[in-house]
Amino acid sequence: MSEGEPRTELSADDKFRRYVDRFMSMVPHLQALGIGFVARGSNWAELGMPYAPQLVAYPETGVIASGAIFSLMDSAAGFSVLVASGRIEPHATLDLRCDYLRPAEPGKTVIGRAECYKLTRRVAFVRGIAHDGDADHPIAHVAGTFMFTGSPA
Amino acid sequence: MTGVPGFPPYAAMLGLRRDGTALVMPFDVSLIGSPGRLHGGSVAGLMEMAANMAVRDALEGAPAAIKPINVTVDYLREGAPEDTFAEAVIQRIGRRVANVRVEAWQGSRSRLIAAARMNLLIVRSQAPVADA
Repeated sequence: MSEGEPRTELSADDKFRRYVDRFMSMVPHLQALGIGFVARGSNWAELGMPYAPQLVAYPETGVIASGAIFSLMDSAAGFSVLVASGRIEPHATLDLRCDYLRPAEPGKTVIGRAECYKLTRRVAFVRGIAHDGDADHPIAHVAGTFMFTGSPA
Repeated sequence: MTGVPGFPPYAAMLGLRRDGTALVMPFDVSLIGSPGRLHGGSVAGLMEMAANMAVRDALEGAPAAIKPINVTVDYLREGAPEDTFAEAVIQRIGRRVANVRVEAWQGSRSRLIAAARMNLLIVRSQAPVADA
């Protein structure tokens, strides 16, 4: 931004987006996969992973690796725990199951949407889907748990 | 590509190389999630590729596509910024499905950082020979 440029009013959402973009740009594996923030609600978060050659697992078809989708969903789920709990306390994936319903269509951005549907003091329960444009036609479904790993108060 | 035949771009991105029946993911900054820790997804990616490799080995060159059905990963310890190893054991392989268990470790073989169970679909290219 050049000096003297008029300051534009940022909405709370824009501010949050800037904060998250900066935060995510400091996570090397998200950078490597090209994963970025899309949206969030009170207990859910949505991340996007644009199609990229380095994600490909099946060169003959151009289909991306299921492992990349797992990374996307693990990240979206972790993010949903953050927004749902509002806690800065670190958390770690305890377990995550991913069902690969169909291959992602080559060329399309994969969206991962996860929801933290239950919080307890030490454990967060998550579920979510990945899709490539139509949430009613998902690529993958996940369910798992996260542990808050900070020292107990 | 690291020059390993049959290793797709995603495996090359993780820097995977084969070490006997195991796969090695040498430490690289690009595998980091939160500061000083491997991203859970990079460990899962390594384990999925190890499962794939084990099924491919078990097929002994039979033409087939191997597709992931599902995977469940248990994270046992945080992944330190060091080399990670994974080895898959096939519990059962049939005509259509392989049931596989995978372990990932750092340092010594017994110091597991993750364990996974994966089911893979096997789509054989040749029609089975009809029973006489």
